[in-house]
Amino acid sequence: MSKVKFGRSPVFFDTFERRPGPIKKNMHYCPGCGHGILHKLIAEAIDHYGIKENTYFIAPVGCAVFAYYYFNCGSISVPHGRAPAVGTGAGRAEPEKFVISYQGDGDLAAIGFNEFIQAANRGERMSVFFVNNSNYGMTGGQMAPTTLPGQKTMTSPYGRNVKTDGYPMPVCEIVNSLKAPIYVERVALTTPARIAAARRAVFKAVENLKDRKGFSLVEVLSPCPVNLKMNAAAVNDFIENKMTEYFPIGKFRDLEVPAGELPPPVIREPEAVREVLFPKKTEGVGVDSAFRNTSEIFRNELRVRVSGFGGQGILSLGLMLANMGRLRNFNVSWMPSYGPEQRGGAASCAVIFSHEAIPSPMVERDCDLLIAMTQTALDKFRHQLKSDGILIYDRSAMERPQMEPGQLVVGVDALAIANEKVGNSKCANSVVIGVLAKVLGERYLNAADREDFDRVFHEAVTENFSDKPKVIPANLLAYEEGKKVVEEL
Amino acid sequence: MAAKKFSIRISSDECKGCGRCLLVCPKSLISTGTAINRQGYVAVVVNHPDGCIGCGSCFYQCPEPGAITIFEED
Repeated sequence: MSKVKFGRSPVFFDTFERRPGPIKKNMHYCPGCGHGILHKLIAEAIDHYGIKENTYFIAPVGCAVFAYYYFNCGSISVPHGRAPAVGTGAGRAEPEKFVISYQGDGDLAAIGFNEFIQAANRGERMSVFFVNNSNYGMTGGQMAPTTLPGQKTMTSPYGRNVKTDGYPMPVCEIVNSLKAPIYVERVALTTPARIAAARRAVFKAVENLKDRKGFSLVEVLSPCPVNLKMNAAAVNDFIENKMTEYFPIGKFRDLEVPAGELPPPVIREPEAVREVLFPKKTEGVGVDSAFRNTSEIFRNELRVRVSGFGGQGILSLGLMLANMGRLRNFNVSWMPSYGPEQRGGAASCAVIFSHEAIPSPMVERDCDLLIAMTQTALDKFRHQLKSDGILIYDRSAMERPQMEPGQLVVGVDALAIANEKVGNSKCANSVVIGVLAKVLGERYLNAADREDFDRVFHEAVTENFSDKPKVIPANLLAYEEGKKVVEEL
Repeated sequence: MAAKKFSIRISSDECKGCGRCLLVCPKSLISTGTAINRQGYVAVVVNHPDGCIGCGSCFYQCPEPGAITIFEED
C-alpha cells in the first residue's frame, strides 16, 4: 500500500470544469509561472485550517483572473484593483467568512493601491497575497510599479529610468508603516528553502484569518520566466540577485494578537437602517392611495424652481414642497444643485410634481413656478419661466422685476416677516409657502384643493419636525402670516 | 525500523516542461524529456522513481496542481 505524501490539494477542483477547452487538469498559467506554486501553497493552507467551506477567494484582474476555475471555495471576480474593497464588503456583510484577496502588482500596487492601502490601514479582517513578478504579466510584460531600475520591459525598452519612472514600489515597507496590519512578510518562490519559508508565511496568514486576528499581507516575489525571457534557473537568479536588492526578503511584522481580538463589524438589519434614515410616517398624515388633487393646474406636470444662495434654506424649501406633493400621492422629484460651499454661493433645486411618471428631474425650461430669493438667482432662472408662470421673489433683495405680461409676479419680505411676526428667521421658508398657498388658492385651485393645501402643509410640517415638535407652531404661524401678505398686496 | 520508501510520479500530460523540478531534485532523478505531450510541451521524465527520498522539493516547485505526486510506501 502506498499513500500520497505530496499531491493534488482537495481545495482544487479535481477537474477544472469551469476552464473552457479540452484541458481540465492544468491551470492556464505559462510554464514556470509562480502563480501555480502560490495557488498550491494557499490551497494547502486552506485545507490545513479547514476553512474551505467558509472562504471567499477574491481573484484580481491580471493573470490570476481565472482563479475561480481552480479553487473549490467561494470566489468573487472583481474589477481591476478592487479586491480589498470587495473583500471589505464581503467580510463585513458576512463576518463569519474568511476573505483572501489575491492580487498582482498591477492590480495591487498600481490601479488598486488606494483600495489596498485603505483596507490595510483599517485593519480589515483579510489576508492579502501580493504576487510581485516585476512586470505586467497578462498584457505581455510592460513596466509595472515593481519593475526594477534599469529593467527592460515592453514599455521601458531602455530600462526603467528612475528619473522619469520612479522607483520600485516597496509595498511591504509601506504597509509596515501603518498601525493596523498584524502580519507583513515578503517571501520568494525560488529555492526549496525559500518556498518552504513562503509556505510558512502563507500558513501564518491563513491562520491569522482563521483566528480572526486582522490584516495580513504576504508579498511573493514570483517567477515570470516567459515575460522576462528567461529559463527556470535564470529567473530564480534574477529574483535572488536582482529583485531582492529592492525587495528584501523577510518578516516585517508579526504582532502577537489574541485570536478573535478584532470584533466583528456591527451589522445593522436593513429595517433598522431604514428607520434611522426614513423615520416612520407620523400618525395621521397622507391620504388614501386613490386620492388625486383635481384642480386643472395638476393635470400636467407641475415644474418648480427654487433658487437663492446657499444657507437660505432653498433646498429645504424645495424638499418641503416635494414632501407635500408626496403626501398627496403625486410622483415627485427633487433635484438640488449647489456649489461646494455650505454657506453662500448659488443654490437651487428643481421640484416636479406629476400624476404620471417623471421622465427627468431636470427643470431647464417650461417652469410653472419660480421662487427667487436673490437677484442673481432671478437673473439666472427667469428665462426658464413659462409665459404664464408664477414668480415669487424676495422683496428685500431686489426691485420688483419687469416680467412678461402674462406672468404673475408676487413679492414677499419673507425674512422680515419671519423675524418680526414669528420671531424666528428659520421660518422664512414657511412664509414663502404661505404666499404660495394664497397665490395658488386664489388663481389656480378649486375649493377642495384650496382647503386641502392648508391640511397638507400641516401634515408635512408635522412630519418634517416630528423630532423637533416645538418648532411646528412657529412654522404654522409663519405660513398663516405668508398668506396674509398677499392679502395686503 | 526500515527507512521509509518513496516514489515519484509525473503525469506527463500535465507537465509544461518548465524545468523547475529538475533544478531542485537532490537526487537528480528528473531530466528533460524528448516526447511532446498532449498539450504540446516537452514533459520532463523521472529516471529512477524509486530513488525518491520524499523531500517534496519538486512538488512545491511545480506550478501545476497535480503534475507531480509523491507516494509514501508502507
